[in-house]
Amino acid sequence: MRRGPWLWAAALAVYAFLYVPLAIVVVYSFNDSRLNAEWVGFTWHWYDVLLHDEDMLAAAGNSLFIALVSSLSATALGTMAGMAMHRYGMRVLAFMVLTPVAMPEILLGVSLLLFFIQVLNLTLGMISIMIAHITFSIGFVAVIVRARLAGIDESIFEAARDLGASPWETFRYITFPLILPGVIAGGLMAFTLSIDDFVITFFTAGVGVATLPLRIYSMIKIAVTPEVNAVSTLLLLTLTMIVLASRFAPDVLRGKT
Amino acid sequence: MPLLEIRNVTRRFGDFVAVDNISLSIESGEFFTLLGPSGCGKTTILRMIAGFDLPDAGQILLDGQDLAGTPPEKRPVRTVFQSYALFPHMTVAQNVAFPLKMARCSADETRQRLGEALEQVHLTDKAPAYPHELSGGQKQRVALARGLVNRPSILLLDEPLGALDAKLREEMQIELINLQRDVGVTFIFVTHAQVEALALSHRIAVMREGRVEQVDEPARLYAFPKSRFVADFIGHINLLDAQVLEATHGHLRLTIAGLGEMIAPPLAGAAPGGKGTFAIRPEQVRIGIHGEVTELKNHFPGEVTHFLYRGDVTVYKVRLANGMMIEALLPNSAPGGAELFKVGDPVRVGWRHDAGVFLHE
Repeated sequence: MRRGPWLWAAALAVYAFLYVPLAIVVVYSFNDSRLNAEWVGFTWHWYDVLLHDEDMLAAAGNSLFIALVSSLSATALGTMAGMAMHRYGMRVLAFMVLTPVAMPEILLGVSLLLFFIQVLNLTLGMISIMIAHITFSIGFVAVIVRARLAGIDESIFEAARDLGASPWETFRYITFPLILPGVIAGGLMAFTLSIDDFVITFFTAGVGVATLPLRIYSMIKIAVTPEVNAVSTLLLLTLTMIVLASRFAPDVLRGKT
Repeated sequence: MPLLEIRNVTRRFGDFVAVDNISLSIESGEFFTLLGPSGCGKTTILRMIAGFDLPDAGQILLDGQDLAGTPPEKRPVRTVFQSYALFPHMTVAQNVAFPLKMARCSADETRQRLGEALEQVHLTDKAPAYPHELSGGQKQRVALARGLVNRPSILLLDEPLGALDAKLREEMQIELINLQRDVGVTFIFVTHAQVEALALSHRIAVMREGRVEQVDEPARLYAFPKSRFVADFIGHINLLDAQVLEATHGHLRLTIAGLGEMIAPPLAGAAPGGKGTFAIRPEQVRIGIHGEVTELKNHFPGEVTHFLYRGDVTVYKVRLANGMMIEALLPNSAPGGAELFKVGDPVRVGWRHDAGVFLHE
């Protein structure tokens, strides 16, 4: 196919739109100035400030901990949901699991808030944030796992039983290794969704507990300082590393067998 | 006692009766085939023997024991699936050793049996390969080795040759026959390909709409079909509507509308006035102008309408005086002499008085 100059121009414009803002954030995190207005000189200063900002470090720790716990739980629950949806063709389950995926975040945030306070009588904090994150992550994991299962010849599972494997052994030796790439992809997705979630976290955090996105938001309410650039750069680096890790994982984990 | 006995088994899916009160018994060491068009219930029977499905009524007994409460993994029955169902994340060796691992065989025994099984299907050098690196025929052989490695009582084969091309299929047929003879395991084979069934089986059950039409050895099934369906399904056959004029224990005298009288082999239970079909194979039909054909007891005039040269044989289609079409098959054993008659030639077709069968309506 012939690619005309307009196509190149359009592609370039789209990439610029996507990546120039990110590049600016990264570049200005090294700017030796209090303002994001003009380039003054290179410095590590804002990273140094960041590493001594107790509130920021606490928020980052909270975010990592919440992301880890909620993504692991959502992966376990979502995998089970995906398998059930695939095996029994459960329409109602599929609907219920997938609704949080499609629902506006603000609606989910408000309803979870009301549920935690009025029904569960739960004090808002780490626990409530984790439950909220698990709730909206399950659907993503379930969809990915179900798609993975749909691509597998059903008679493989029957063959395993036929060759002497109990239902548990079939899961352990056949089903799980085959869906593992989907499970990992779903887990990474849950992790990234959790670590940068703002809206739902905002509603379910209560007072006292702050995650990284909440902390960044409260800082830019005053001014966009280069410290925000620095923390954004680190977040970007972390997520890029996750993407690269999944890109260069062994074939078995990527389902290339 | 038969190895496997299927007793009055019925299986329904909603209103559809997939298997309708079927009884079969299969002997140890047999190569038994379930043959029929798609939807005739043959695969459902296979799945019930394997334990993936349960009968709504009736019993399946293995060595006299009812299998009803036994899950698939506890039955000494293995299946070779149409799609082969090899585990894509395991090597050939891991695939074949899987049943041994599940049976908790010792390392020594696993190594020995794995070696034997791979040798049996000539795949020793492919042990470290993954299924996606294998050809269709090789996958097929891995599936066979995996099914046989644990020495099951019965190996079930669900259209295993369906995905192979014609040449490879013929090779695999010969390999299957040899393999079955060598290992002595009872094979139950499911297919809709009658040629395959005839070539491979000791006995064949022809199925139609959830019922067994006839169970017989291949040669008997071909020569003495008991129904019009079986006659038509197995091989090629000419079917002529006929009525019985006279029935003795030596022969039947039939009349074919618009054609005349003919003599057919006797049939128990045939009585004058009985209506049915006279069935005769194309290779039993002689074709000529005079001489040999006119000396036969049964011969009728006709006209050649089609001429199909198939290499080994030539098929002539002849329109009889009453408008019916009949096929005659002539071997091309003499080189270059394929076209004995041309389209439009007036000919006579005939057959021996002891050839063909009369089938009751």
